[in-house]
Amino acid sequence: MVHAPTNRELLTEPACSHNPAAKGGSAKKGCAQKAKPGDAQGGCAFDGALITLVPITDVAHLVHGPIACGGHSWGTRGSLSSGPQHYRHGFTTDLNEHDIIFGAETKLRQAIEAIARDHRPKAIFVYATCVTALIGEDLDSVCKQAAQALALPVIPVHSAGFRGSKNFGNRLGGQALLDHVIGTSQAPRQAGPSINIIGEYNIAGEVWAVEPLLEALGIRVQARITGDGRYEAIAAAHQADLNVVICSKALLNVARTMEERYGIPFIEASFYGSANVSQCLRQIVDHLVDSKLADLSLIDRSEALIATHTALMGSQLEPYRQRLAGKRIVLYTGGVKSWSIIAAAADLGMKVVATSIKKSTADDKARIEELLGPDGVLIEKGGAAEILDVIARTGADMLIAGGRNQYTALKARIPFLDINQERHHAYAGYEGIVALAREIDEAMHSPVWEQVRRPAPWEQEP
Amino acid sequence: MTSTKPASTAAPPRQALAVDTFKHSPALGAALALLGVKGSVPLLHGAQGCTAAAKVVLVKHFREAIPLATTAMDEVSTVLGGDANIIEAIATLYGKSKPKLIGLCSTALTETRGDDLEGAVCRLRQQHPDLAELPIAVIHSPDFMGGLQEGFAAAVGSLLETFASPGPTIPGQITVLANACLAPGDGQELKDLLEAFGYQPLLVPDLSDSLDGRLSEAPSPLAQGGISVEQLRLVGRSEQVIVIGESLAAVGARLAERCHCSLTSIPQLMSLEAVDGFIHQLSRWSGRPVPERYRRQRRQVLDALLDTHFYFGNKRVPLALEGDLLQGMVAFLQACGAKVQTALTPQIGDLALLGESCDGAHLLVASSQAAALAQSKGIPLYRLGFPITDRLGQGLRVSIGYAGLLRQLIELGNILLEQELAHPVHPGG
Ligand code: SF4
Repeated sequence: MVHAPTNRELLTEPACSHNPAAKGGSAKKGCAQKAKPGDAQGGCAFDGALITLVPITDVAHLVHGPIACGGHSWGTRGSLSSGPQHYRHGFTTDLNEHDIIFGAETKLRQAIEAIARDHRPKAIFVYATCVTALIGEDLDSVCKQAAQALALPVIPVHSAGFRGSKNFGNRLGGQALLDHVIGTSQAPRQAGPSINIIGEYNIAGEVWAVEPLLEALGIRVQARITGDGRYEAIAAAHQADLNVVICSKALLNVARTMEERYGIPFIEASFYGSANVSQCLRQIVDHLVDSKLADLSLIDRSEALIATHTALMGSQLEPYRQRLAGKRIVLYTGGVKSWSIIAAAADLGMKVVATSIKKSTADDKARIEELLGPDGVLIEKGGAAEILDVIARTGADMLIAGGRNQYTALKARIPFLDINQERHHAYAGYEGIVALAREIDEAMHSPVWEQVRRPAPWEQEP
Repeated sequence: MTSTKPASTAAPPRQALAVDTFKHSPALGAALALLGVKGSVPLLHGAQGCTAAAKVVLVKHFREAIPLATTAMDEVSTVLGGDANIIEAIATLYGKSKPKLIGLCSTALTETRGDDLEGAVCRLRQQHPDLAELPIAVIHSPDFMGGLQEGFAAAVGSLLETFASPGPTIPGQITVLANACLAPGDGQELKDLLEAFGYQPLLVPDLSDSLDGRLSEAPSPLAQGGISVEQLRLVGRSEQVIVIGESLAAVGARLAERCHCSLTSIPQLMSLEAVDGFIHQLSRWSGRPVPERYRRQRRQVLDALLDTHFYFGNKRVPLALEGDLLQGMVAFLQACGAKVQTALTPQIGDLALLGESCDGAHLLVASSQAAALAQSKGIPLYRLGFPITDRLGQGLRVSIGYAGLLRQLIELGNILLEQELAHPVHPGG
């Protein structure tokens, strides 16, 4: 049985540039930034694990805990599925006081059996929560026994919320895949060059904007980890030729461990902004050609593809560019996504005048500073007041941020665009930039701004 | 006042597994109640995820910024105890935004490990003399006991215990304890009604003033409106305490006993009979005739009942709602001639059970969480309860009084009418 990795092991992810020790620097807290009582904002480790794993569509996600953990968020994730819908259901043991006093392992076992019987998923992921960790429920052995009895993968995820932040939980999710899923498939390897896409959650169908590009080049996606993911495909992820990590430091440990275990190299890439998309395609192609998995002609074909799409995108963007050129944006989003969006904004001739660096590594920061230029503002700590202050100081036209800050902007009568988990529009790939332009344009040039900013006539009188 | 018990045809509850539950955490319910107190900030004592999850749903439902803080328990404090986290959190919140009230709510984690919230507040006041007078209400809202409605009731109970005190009666003042299922629009409807009879109403809590969806001058990290702490101190001195909803019956009785007020309990205000009874009562208490405006509204309701009864007759409706809302909605539907096919509270069943018991139904009544189910079954969904994330205007919605009756008759009637036009019913079918 694989043990639950300790926080220390996971927090010192060697490939993660959050961790200076990985580069010979002094050991630092890495991901272990402590949440501040009265000030902390984000989700818990449990939430992070769900974000990473729930997009696996053909498995049941069972929350072992009381109602706060399993009750609020089921069915609300923006990850789309091209087929199975098991992941949309909210399964929970919904613990009551009796369960907590006397233990709920039997209940958990029964819940697992009920899911296997009534829903027939490809696997069941069982999530620990604060309370079940506190009372010492033995998830590992319950899952192991159930898996044997049911001949079905039943996977424990040690995601007690108090173990850390949402980011840390993303990593716990990745760890569960490494410990229990990846490499367990005996399926025969399919022909042709293939990649895994890691860290892309298919919000609003984003992965579907990119996959056709790969398909056109004859590159197969072995496993999506995890947006629109399938259990079997992820179990066979060790058969891929290359791992492509998308905008995700949190799942780097998956790529790094797979490199160690199976010798699969990885690249880091982004699907946001045309330069990034093109670069991502080139990196993949170069790797496949260099390692003799594809012949040289792939390079020409990919360049032709990039040229066609870039030209098409350029003509579609033209009308927006004229309306958006020179507009100023404050960007408030986590980590790697920042520089991706900065690149996408550049496609539109817009300027990001300030961005958050709360979750960014030292490298990220240096890169962002370079992209933003000398006048760029780096927002160290979050909170509605700070964001509004920066918008006022920079005279920005718009806030692009996660849904949590939507009302921060709107209530201050500032145009807003949601860039995180729960939006309804896909911004990845070449098509995505056009969608992004359309949304920004709509938000910024809506006739409502003038109306909500204008005082009532009687308030204007001297 | 009459009370209509939901006719439950539900199967016994599933023991081990809930599938697509519509239960919400009591801490969320407690937070919701606290948002109806002016200048307050709810503080959940637990790990940060409980706060984040509750906040996301509240924001999506009301489409407002929601103040909600966490004591951010981590591995170390879970072992050592959460005292220091509580003290640090309150001091930080006070330093940042000078709240008028902090509602400290427990969660499953901190109740299980047995944190002493009251003790922590005492120690806070000793360590920070400047916070000695800061109004703080302690609320026990562990996840493993009840749901949204119960947590809400616990918060209302705590607000009353902490602030209300007996004293000479204030003439013309009426206290209304408003349950978790009353939307901000319902609160406004109640206030208008009481004012129309010459009363000064105090709503506990008063969401109508804080979550009614209006744009204020400056954004604030605190609850924008609501009943003030000063007013809370006076709620035990009203001529009447009116409790709306059975979930608040116990806390209402405690207040009435402690402060020697006269108490009236009303289970719901969603059926004509119930609204008539309430308005008649107000007229008798105040010695004033029912204002023309309400007489006229009542005649509009009667007319709407006639116009809509063709479409409600014998329609089968399964419902999944919090208890108080369920009771009101069942009374409403039965009074329109519809048949209650199944009536579930989050304690009785989950949406999977609702799905199993909705064969041949004409209409589902539940929150947005049932949208996928309704779609897969091809049954229209009337969205009611919490959360409603795929429809606008939850802050303004009115479901009680004559105004609420009118609105529901027309909205539901339109859905049923549309359905009938799309699928003509066979004679005898
Ligand atoms: S895992 Fe812990 S912090 Fe997260 S929602 Fe559950 S109880 Fe709250």
